Amino acid sequence: MGKVVLQLGDDISTDIIYPGRFMATVLPTETPQHAFADHPEFNQRLRAGEIQSGSIILAGHNFGCGSSREQAASCLKGYGLVVVARSFARIFLQNAVNLGLSVVICPTVEASEGDELEISATAVVNRSSGQSYPVTPLPPAQQAIIDAGGLIPYARAKLVERRAAAR
Amino acid sequence: MGFTLVEKILGRATGQRDVRAGDVVEPRVSMAMSHENAALVLNQFQEIFTGTGLEPRVWDRERIAIIFDHRVPAESSKTATNQKKVREFVAAQGITRFHDIRGDEGGICHQILPENGYVRPAWVVVGTDSHTTSHGALGAFSFGIGATEMAAVWALGRALNVTVPGTIKVVVEGELRPGVAPKDLILHLIGRLTAQGANFKVIEFHGETIRRMSTSGRLTLCNMTVEAGATSGIVPPDEETLRYLREEAGVSEIPEDTLLSPDADAHYQEELAVDASTLEPQVACPHSVDNVKPVSAVAGTRVHQIVIGSCTNGRLDDLEAAAAILRGRKVAAGTRMLVFPASFRVYMAALERGYVGDLLRAGAVVMNPGCGPCLGVHQGALGDGEVALATTNRNFKGRMGNPKSEVYLCSPAVAAASALTGAITDPREVN
Ligand code: SF4
Repeated sequence: MGKVVLQLGDDISTDIIYPGRFMATVLPTETPQHAFADHPEFNQRLRAGEIQSGSIILAGHNFGCGSSREQAASCLKGYGLVVVARSFARIFLQNAVNLGLSVVICPTVEASEGDELEISATAVVNRSSGQSYPVTPLPPAQQAIIDAGGLIPYARAKLVERRAAAR
Repeated sequence: MGFTLVEKILGRATGQRDVRAGDVVEPRVSMAMSHENAALVLNQFQEIFTGTGLEPRVWDRERIAIIFDHRVPAESSKTATNQKKVREFVAAQGITRFHDIRGDEGGICHQILPENGYVRPAWVVVGTDSHTTSHGALGAFSFGIGATEMAAVWALGRALNVTVPGTIKVVVEGELRPGVAPKDLILHLIGRLTAQGANFKVIEFHGETIRRMSTSGRLTLCNMTVEAGATSGIVPPDEETLRYLREEAGVSEIPEDTLLSPDADAHYQEELAVDASTLEPQVACPHSVDNVKPVSAVAGTRVHQIVIGSCTNGRLDDLEAAAAILRGRKVAAGTRMLVFPASFRVYMAALERGYVGDLLRAGAVVMNPGCGPCLGVHQGALGDGEVALATTNRNFKGRMGNPKSEVYLCSPAVAAASALTGAITDPREVN
């Protein structure tokens, strides 16, 4: 169960999630301070620790469009946020999967700020309205990376396997 | 059933005969491009090797290209330190295709790759930049990935877990009218498709208009396909591709079997026809690239800053179009005009042909090649309430460094004509 702490519309770009002027900051340990920097109020609440891990950003279609900057995924992951969106842009979705940011594709979801959502593998249930919305499962290619604990361990296992086979 | 161009390329790159949209593949990568964000890639790359007992070595030092462009020369000590780390890594690994901040070989990554022959037909090209879509102009399957994904490519030489994209076929017929450019065509198309209309798909360009178009124009088209959400754009290689590779990129050997074309009975998820002869110049209005209107609908909008350049429209023909309009005239008082060529090679050619002089005398500031104002971190930020008209590819809120400003996107001709008047102007009205 998580609370919707920020509700956004369609086509939220990575420039909004993590503005370009902070791109020189790259390490996942340092990027969270600039999450939604141009939404000063939300950024402030995040930095003040007022938002619990597991809280939900709710968005419309095409969340994370634009630049491929991975900071846009790592800055949200740093606060343990979950993104529930009607759909995601390709590169952002892949970055989220690679880094272990929780993303949920829910094409018909309806909720408002403050609502409590219960998320399972198959549905998002809005506890505040009582409505349930089906979840679109991630493609198997992405799920395999999640199951491995992220792209780094996934790639590491492949690397070890291939070097062993080459010997 | 036949294969689309991307299905054929991925078939080659995986050694599998029957690769279809929706399949998951691990293609061999022919070129892996990064810019300053190589600083993050190398961090993740080292992480992959942690605990394996293996020495961190890149899979192929000649298939990695690193180009400094986003913040050049460095705007802060932080950037400079990142660049220093990358330089050290490049030296330690012996990476050969490295373009530092230099007047003889520097520029924007999406210009450096084609002009140096780092992209070839039928190659799989990946880049840690969303506009890696550009290189489909040369018949490659070229797409943007994140830094961690790139780290895995550096380690393994393969792109992991790639879902083969479906393809949208776009057929463009008819001649672009004078004053109308490839930029207007792609803006029009994005307006039709919307910002997510091509999400997870490739746009394959066909038709007489494309066959007659220069590689520079094709780069503009493919560059912006990502603004419709596309994984990439692609143009089947033809005579013009061969001409560009030989004459402009210095590539002498182009194996016959890399000149793939899609099958006539390939399966397309969607087909679109565009009559280029009916287009007028287009403008993408704030704050989304798919908010596209004909120039007549926004003509007269006051503009404080004109920007010509970027990986979208910073090539020689773009500067030529601007110089032709501004030659012997002046940028309007109260309007600033910034020009940043896509590479130093372009800059040098524009100097030799007198375009740089034309632009300077008109009052434009010609900046060093690089991303400059395009992403709003370096130079050319906007003041509160100001409006920019730019030949770049994104107008998201805050893109030029200030969320309280507005950015309109257009072709070089519209930008140059508007510089003369200080307001959005149809270039056909100033000649
Ligand atoms: S010029 Fe702009 S769009 Fe092109 S690579 Fe640089 S920042 Fe990206």
